[in-house]
Amino acid sequence: MNAQAAAEAARVPLADIDVSDPELHRRDVVTEYLRRLRKEAPVHYCANSAFGSYWSVTRFHDIMQVDMNHRQFSSDGTVVIDDQFFSGGHIENEKKRSSFIVLDPPHHTSRRSAVAPGLAPANLLKLEAGIRQRTQELLDSLPVEETFDWVDNVAIELTMRMLAILFDHPFEKRREMLHWSNVVIGFPGDGVVESWEHRNRVMTEIHEYFDRVFKERRANPVGHDLITMLAKSEVMSDLSPAEFLGTMTLLMTGGNETTRNSMSGSVLAMEQFPGELEKLKANPALVPSMVSEVIRWQNPVSYMRRTTTEDVELQGTTIPKGERVVIWYLSGNRDEEVFERPDDFIIDRPNPRQHLSFGFGIHRCLGNRLAEMQLRILWEEILPRFDRIEMVGEPTRIHSNMFRGFHTMPVRLHRKTNA
Amino acid sequence: MEIKFVEASGEVHHVEVEVGLNAMEAALQNGVPGIDGDCGGNAACGTCHILVDQAWLASLDTTRSEHEEAMIELIENAQPNSRLACQIKLDEALDGLIIHLPEAQF
Ligand code: FES
Repeated sequence: MNAQAAAEAARVPLADIDVSDPELHRRDVVTEYLRRLRKEAPVHYCANSAFGSYWSVTRFHDIMQVDMNHRQFSSDGTVVIDDQFFSGGHIENEKKRSSFIVLDPPHHTSRRSAVAPGLAPANLLKLEAGIRQRTQELLDSLPVEETFDWVDNVAIELTMRMLAILFDHPFEKRREMLHWSNVVIGFPGDGVVESWEHRNRVMTEIHEYFDRVFKERRANPVGHDLITMLAKSEVMSDLSPAEFLGTMTLLMTGGNETTRNSMSGSVLAMEQFPGELEKLKANPALVPSMVSEVIRWQNPVSYMRRTTTEDVELQGTTIPKGERVVIWYLSGNRDEEVFERPDDFIIDRPNPRQHLSFGFGIHRCLGNRLAEMQLRILWEEILPRFDRIEMVGEPTRIHSNMFRGFHTMPVRLHRKTNA
Repeated sequence: MEIKFVEASGEVHHVEVEVGLNAMEAALQNGVPGIDGDCGGNAACGTCHILVDQAWLASLDTTRSEHEEAMIELIENAQPNSRLACQIKLDEALDGLIIHLPEAQF
């Protein structure tokens, strides 16, 4: 617990608490506000936020209930709190219902199933050797005993190398995907997107690229990459251009902003809990369990938003029809009723896989196995090479209420002495 | 009571279980590999997918709940005898039950 942040959270009148404020996330104090909501108002109404009114659900089991109940808590149209987010620019080529994450059954089912084979364990097995090789190459190229930024040089770089494999995108052009991904989730004035027109231009560029590659691979479907897998599916050929673009950008951003922050989070966790690193070194068989714990502890996606389709009662509170409901995974993963010492990073917890970070129910994260595989490979390759990844300054966090992550993380690598 | 898990590779695990557990718990408690049970038995993750042995289909109540149905619908290569192990309550009538594990959980 962060005592100062807890005192700050305690001073705000309950009704005025607004956990959607990105500043609370950037300062990493939001967990204390969420702790207070779990205790005092597990179904909390915020009347005024920059995004309008919304409800927060903060306890583990309530979040699971909402996530499973896709009939009363709909994903149709949007899963972010800001209604303007995807339509603020009146962008013609990007309408509502653009991918399966913002669809309910029955449309959700067929579209999700078209993508699933590419991310299924059997297919990932075919990509594993390539991902490992690129991880090894990157780790071997890093400076030792010298300060550098882990976020840009490792977390982002590795995620881009992986995405290049996943999409079979030219290796030298991997950073193009980073730019595209930043534009997709961007808005004017964020340092990437200059104006809605600019964003619209880049979205058109992305569409043209994926459309061309999709057609090429449909004509010659030999690879195991995601686009080839999609090109083989009949459902995909029936999609509207907007839905096609929405699906591709979902896969691109979904695999980008999340895993990179878990990679950085794993370094922060080991810095703050050095005993866990020692445990891991003594017993590398703990890597898979450590990976699950990193994903719980870092919690790269803070929430999902649903919309009520009718009046629903939850924990004795009635949420009227048509309201925004935010399920805070970040809070559920710290629920003291479910996890012992929830704020601590403990790599050998019982049932380490039982966390909320991937969501539950029909919208559960499709990339979960890929994310676990990347983190597993990263640490399997770190352990034989480095003794410690020392943090030599405070990491800076991103200004986002949706993604929990880092801008910069200055580190210094120490080589393993007997390596 | 005893139940039998058969891995995709053919390896067999006989496990002694308490009446009243579900089949996901039975696998986890006995170290049977291939079942994850990420949602703790709420039919909300689909990581306890199994196939019921054909010979046992008749003795097992195979009605799937709405949640179970929705999750199975999303599982690649799901079969008519696919179930979520966490939704199979083990009682005496299922003594000797044979469960087949898929190649991998998604
Ligand atoms: S344990 Fe999650 S569906 Fe069975």
